[in-house]
Amino acid sequence: MITNMGGPPRRRHDLGRALTTAAGGARRLDWVLISSVLALGVIGSLLVWSATLPGDGGDPLESVDHLLRHLAHLGVAWTVCLLVAALDYRTVRAYAPIAYVATLVALVLVLTPLGAVINGSRGWIVLGGFQFQPSELAKVGLILVLATLLGEPRDGETRPMTRDVLFCLLVTAVPLGLVMFQPDLGTGLILCVIFLGMLTLSGAPLVWVAGMAVAGAAGVFCVWWFDLLEPYQVDRIATLVDPAADPQGAGYNSAQALIAVGSGGFEGTGLFHGEQTHGRFVPEQHTDFIFTVAGEELGFIGAVSVIALFTVVLWRILRIARGCDQPYPRLLCVGVASWFGFQTFVNIGMGLGMLPVTGLPLPFVSYGGTAILANMLAVGLVLGVNSRDRGFEF
Amino acid sequence: MHKPPVDPALPGRRLGRFGLFLAQFMVLVLFAALAARLWYLQVPMAEHYRELAVSNHHQELVVPATRGQILDSSGRTVVSNKTELMVSADYHELQGMPDGGEAVLSDLSEVLEVPLEELQQRMRLCGPEVQRPCWPGSPYQPVTLAEDVAGPVALQVMERAEEFPGITAQAQAVREYPYGEHAGQMLGYLQPVTQEELEAREELRTQFTGIDQVGRDGLEAVYDKELRGRAGLRTLGVNNHGEIMDVISERLPEAGTHLVTHMDMNVQKVAERALAKGMERARPRYRADSGAAVVLDVTNGGVVAMASLPTYDPAIWEGGIDQETFDSMLSEEAGEPLLSRAVQGTYPPGSTFKVSSLSAAVENGYSLRSTYACPGSVSLAGQSYENYAGAGQGSITLKQAIIASCNTVFYNFGYQMWKQDGGLHPDGEPEEAMAEMARGYGFGSPTGVDLPYETGGRIPDREWKRTFWEETRETNCSRAEKGYPEVAETDPSRAAYLKRLAHEHCVQGFEWRANEAVSFAIGQGDVLVSPLQLASAYAAIANGGTLYEPRVAKAMVAADGSRVEPVEPSVKGELPVSDKTISYLQEALTEVPKTGTAGGAFGGFPQDRVSIAGKTGSADAQGRQVSSWFASYAPADDPQYAIVVLVSQGGTGGATSAPIAREIYEGIYGFSSSGNAEDVEQGEPLLPDGRPHSELPVVRPDGSIETLEP
Repeated sequence: MITNMGGPPRRRHDLGRALTTAAGGARRLDWVLISSVLALGVIGSLLVWSATLPGDGGDPLESVDHLLRHLAHLGVAWTVCLLVAALDYRTVRAYAPIAYVATLVALVLVLTPLGAVINGSRGWIVLGGFQFQPSELAKVGLILVLATLLGEPRDGETRPMTRDVLFCLLVTAVPLGLVMFQPDLGTGLILCVIFLGMLTLSGAPLVWVAGMAVAGAAGVFCVWWFDLLEPYQVDRIATLVDPAADPQGAGYNSAQALIAVGSGGFEGTGLFHGEQTHGRFVPEQHTDFIFTVAGEELGFIGAVSVIALFTVVLWRILRIARGCDQPYPRLLCVGVASWFGFQTFVNIGMGLGMLPVTGLPLPFVSYGGTAILANMLAVGLVLGVNSRDRGFEF
Repeated sequence: MHKPPVDPALPGRRLGRFGLFLAQFMVLVLFAALAARLWYLQVPMAEHYRELAVSNHHQELVVPATRGQILDSSGRTVVSNKTELMVSADYHELQGMPDGGEAVLSDLSEVLEVPLEELQQRMRLCGPEVQRPCWPGSPYQPVTLAEDVAGPVALQVMERAEEFPGITAQAQAVREYPYGEHAGQMLGYLQPVTQEELEAREELRTQFTGIDQVGRDGLEAVYDKELRGRAGLRTLGVNNHGEIMDVISERLPEAGTHLVTHMDMNVQKVAERALAKGMERARPRYRADSGAAVVLDVTNGGVVAMASLPTYDPAIWEGGIDQETFDSMLSEEAGEPLLSRAVQGTYPPGSTFKVSSLSAAVENGYSLRSTYACPGSVSLAGQSYENYAGAGQGSITLKQAIIASCNTVFYNFGYQMWKQDGGLHPDGEPEEAMAEMARGYGFGSPTGVDLPYETGGRIPDREWKRTFWEETRETNCSRAEKGYPEVAETDPSRAAYLKRLAHEHCVQGFEWRANEAVSFAIGQGDVLVSPLQLASAYAAIANGGTLYEPRVAKAMVAADGSRVEPVEPSVKGELPVSDKTISYLQEALTEVPKTGTAGGAFGGFPQDRVSIAGKTGSADAQGRQVSSWFASYAPADDPQYAIVVLVSQGGTGGATSAPIAREIYEGIYGFSSSGNAEDVEQGEPLLPDGRPHSELPVVRPDGSIETLEP
């Protein structure tokens, strides 16, 4: 199947050559996807700016620290994105195992004295004033390695066999275990969803897919039954049923998020004018709860636009996947879509009081350097697939 | 379009295609669900969440209004506000410190010399599980840590502001009583609002700050609403830490109005001093345990002075009274100083009541021109009744019966009118002329004075007797059967007597008997009146028959003088007595302090300048010494004041109470007495020309008060 692609792979392995073809590839980039992600980045910057203004009002132009850092993150992330998009995905594939092992090393380092505890989770590495979250990059690493394993059946086989599935399970379990050790339930869930999503669409035996789904459900049940969750996590799920029950306790976040979003109304209070936002009633409002700022200040019009942009982004990624003849690039896109789709849905659902509070940022929008870098890295992979592996067009 | 060759047999691809369609469809469904939820929250529910948002970041802060002052009729300050230094803490600022403010409080405890533990307790917010000491107010108000702090201490806190972040020393308003004990019961006091008061009074609820005090007695209670003013309201924008971000709206407090009273504090002081001296004179022969003196303006019912002894200084209520002091204030050993004898005390009126009995007799056909027998004793319905000291006067006019206070004349009236009504067994509706007349004089019901907890006294008649019998019958009948074994152990004859009495009460207790009607006529037996009721009745005789509701308040004046609302006199009724009878009574009463039972007490008083009219009373009550009364008014020819003096267990009216009244009159008119008419000197009267001020003191726009010169 590889020979179907325009040329022998060994030529593509040459990094310099790959970059020289970038100009030609640009014409074939998915500009709808790019502009949607760009729009989310712009909206995100404004929301981060508003969410980090000091409480007493004042001139927004005088407190741009967070905004500038956020823009710097975006700049770096976009550069990385475009570089990755210019690379041949087959080149990237060759480095997938290295990327995967690198993220594992980082996840282990987190547990050493190099790691730092932020918000109750040992998920950060702090190096000389620089801090980053390896678990975000682990998502990309896992997608890459799973796509390699599931997308390249061995000789004589047309789809992944039990042996491959078991190996994938192991490959997923290692970072999952490390992440849960932090503990970071949100990222753990994302890793599971990436695995399940990619497995489902890999053509693996259906019995395995069903088995994994059942195992996942059983796992959730066990976690609940054997008290494996931290008390705060149980509280968060419990208060989802009625956020008003304990407004100053675990339900406080949910209740305040609902007030912020609801009070925004149809038109919103206008950027920088949200009273809930500026009173800092919603915690983590520039990261995990950024959507509530959109809800309050931009109203239904603005917030529904954000949802629409995410729909477009996911639609386009899945559309690119559908266009792939090869399983590897298709699974790459499926992995990215599973990740973005699940994380976005859970984050917005949490802001709207539909889902329990899990510390997941909103892709492209929330403040946070590593998260944005990981997001854009993934977008770069998808764009790279699109410019090189288009079997058909819509 | 170029399509690379594809092997359609690849199962992964087929499955992938279908699965991806499904995935795209799932994205649409899930994200549409998010949008629907968003719509629900932001469109139909927006109003609900906006309300929640407002209560989230708006904090209402009640700014108490300055309480109005209480002034006497010439503008002297009787109750005012003073400032006291207090140290308070910003609740949120201290809570926000890493150690919860412990270091700051610990430093503060050294400066204030208060244990750290106490300060920490006072910083706690009161709640169902937090008992006092704790902060009952809102955490947005400064939490009081120490009251009445000495100036140097407060200064230390202020000067070392950087060492005491979140702590302030500032002035706070508390009630001040420049006259100390004088008029204590009439003024009343303030106490923290109770839950019941909050529930009952809407204006308290809407302005409640958590540290409010309300008037609990006297004028402070009756005029609480006016004195209180209207609290201001500041709406503050706050963030999630409770830090104030801006002032959203502000309504300034409106200071309470000043209460100008009919009182004259000089007359009040003289009345209290004269009462105290008179009671002292009566001792040790008499107990003279308590007393009252009331000075009314007969032309409008204004209360010029009202003394009640023993008294107390209302300042004890400031800063929270402790349980021990409070208990002693209510104890009998301390003489129950909270009780106003003038308003709340009831006593048999004795001979001062004869004005009512005479009126009843005359209005029921006894002639003013006839003469009536005044023997040393009379036998009525098989029982003998004696005159005071047993002396007879022969045949006398009614006037002489008042002047000499002849009881037997009134015994006869009481008995005759009882018989007219059918005696023990009246046919049909009895007239009860004596009781009806007493009610016409205002006895038996509260006068309607603007002071709380007023008593109505008691005017007994057949109906009252029956009601009383029904209420006590069960006890009496059981006692009639079982006797008094506990008394019999020590005193068998008394037990036998009590048992007979119980039997009598059980069987015949409803009967209004001759002896009761006879006692009633001279203000004894079950008749009870308050000094204020008697003063109001004598004021009505003095002014020609108008019974006023006594009023302490004269006017309400705004704190900046912009509004003056006089309190109009209120007429309770007219005496049911002809003008002829009233002037006859006036003539008789005018004679009493000259040649009658109060002649001795007023010996040497310049009656040619100010003629006094009055009546003495000496009332017996079982198990108690004689209570002494003098009810009077002056000047007799142009009445202005009615003065009633009572000394409980104080001896005869002429010996104990009349001299007290005399001293008050001397004060009002400025006579300095030496007991001899020729020596009387005209000094400075307490009131100009012996008349109350007709104008009101002026409150200037800057809030200062222009006192009227006496």
